[in-house]
Amino acid sequence: MVAEIGPSNIEAAFLLEALKKGTRVDGRGIYDYRTLKIACGPTYGLAEVQLGQTRVLARVSCEVTRPFPDRPTEGIVLFNTELSNMAGPGLESSSKSSTQEVAISRMVERVIKQSRAIDSEALCILAGEKVWTIRIDIHFLDHGGNLIDAASIAAIAALRHFRRPDVTIDGEDAIIHDVRERNPVPLSIHHTPICVTFGFFGVDGELLVLDPSLLEEQVQVSSFTITLNAHREICALNKAGGIPLSANQIQRCTQVALAKVDEVNEKIMLAVKATTA
Amino acid sequence: MTGVKVVLPGDIIDTQQPDGDEQAVIRLGPGLVQASDEVTAVTAGILRSNSETSQWWVVGNKRRYVAAEGEPVVGVVAARHGEGYRVDIGSAHDALLPLLAFEGATKRNKPNLAVGTAVYARVVVANSVMDPEIECFNSHTGKSEGYGELAEGFMFKCSLGLARRLIDTKAPVLAALGKGLPFEVAVGVNGRVWVNAGTVQSTILVANAIRNSEYLDAKQCRQMVKELLEKQ
Repeated sequence: MVAEIGPSNIEAAFLLEALKKGTRVDGRGIYDYRTLKIACGPTYGLAEVQLGQTRVLARVSCEVTRPFPDRPTEGIVLFNTELSNMAGPGLESSSKSSTQEVAISRMVERVIKQSRAIDSEALCILAGEKVWTIRIDIHFLDHGGNLIDAASIAAIAALRHFRRPDVTIDGEDAIIHDVRERNPVPLSIHHTPICVTFGFFGVDGELLVLDPSLLEEQVQVSSFTITLNAHREICALNKAGGIPLSANQIQRCTQVALAKVDEVNEKIMLAVKATTA
Repeated sequence: MTGVKVVLPGDIIDTQQPDGDEQAVIRLGPGLVQASDEVTAVTAGILRSNSETSQWWVVGNKRRYVAAEGEPVVGVVAARHGEGYRVDIGSAHDALLPLLAFEGATKRNKPNLAVGTAVYARVVVANSVMDPEIECFNSHTGKSEGYGELAEGFMFKCSLGLARRLIDTKAPVLAALGKGLPFEVAVGVNGRVWVNAGTVQSTILVANAIRNSEYLDAKQCRQMVKELLEKQ
């Protein structure tokens, strides 16, 4: 397998020249997101997100397990990502996950788990005995850049779309009702964290773009991901390496991200509602 | 031909024309190979043929390039060796570009390409047991014939199906664009297209028009190009 050698010199030079003039090579403005399409279903907990050329599929499933001994009343949320060379020829096909995959998977996990988007206590069936384990599988189908945003949107849309079987508790016994017997119930989700990623270019990172494409990701000198929810709360910030950024730039990013989060949130709600009504 | 015949890799193709000459020499194009006495498809797509020239080929769409002799490709220099460059052409293995495979190159005077340089070249060796080999000139005439380093402009990737359609100089999107503004284009059938229209804005316009044309017919292409040119 040939390792991806990155963009050619003319691509990188042209991209920077275009950015200095305030345009991007795919014709977008610097604060434009690519076309975002979210499709949920046909089964519960399945969401496919298309962000320009990037495609991500998220699948949520559940099973009854024993809780961790130190957290007897909390359900378990597991994440699993699959970034194979199906998504792009430059990606490794080996079973060991690449650094890029680890970075994405940790970011999505941090965004959803540590912002307490999922009410893990609502996943408890019998304290210390039985809880729901929610598993989120994220498959990257096509790598067109900005996998983090697409993955987080797919994960949260799938979680919103998911329905788990209903449970009734009778003393020490829990009865899990078949979905044909009783309508399955949605998960208790407190808020919808959404990642918005920026790419920085130029010597001091003075040029910035929203939602970098694959080529832009390869040329950028730094990237910055900000995670917000619909209540305008910052859930996570992520800046892994790259050149340092000024406080002004971070403020500017936050302002732009605030506007984008509302749009994305609305799209997720529409997609979920359309298939669960 | 009546109807559309879809072939899959491994299908054996019956190249006998109903009223054709049995002795006619048939010529195989992209997607077909000869294995002993039979012609076999190696890609999925629609089988096409020209009964007058006895040519057969498969029209399909993929995103991963498999090198074939004689095809023009756009590659990116990945490394420099003693006797040549290693060039990424998007196939499973990098291609070899000998230092002397340029117009007017001699042992003392040969082009010096940096890693990351884009080149337009033609595949000369492509088989299953060797790395592909490319050259930036016609070895019979010694002329460059348009091949060589791509110095300015912009390169973008597209599907292999679109790239093959663009190779045709009558491709509707290129014709429509050509009426609106002057530009240069080098199409590699490995799904890489290089364009240069002088200014940044026009180059982006040309690149986007070509990318958008993938699923449009000739009339829609003209309309799309017209709208893009008006917006500029």
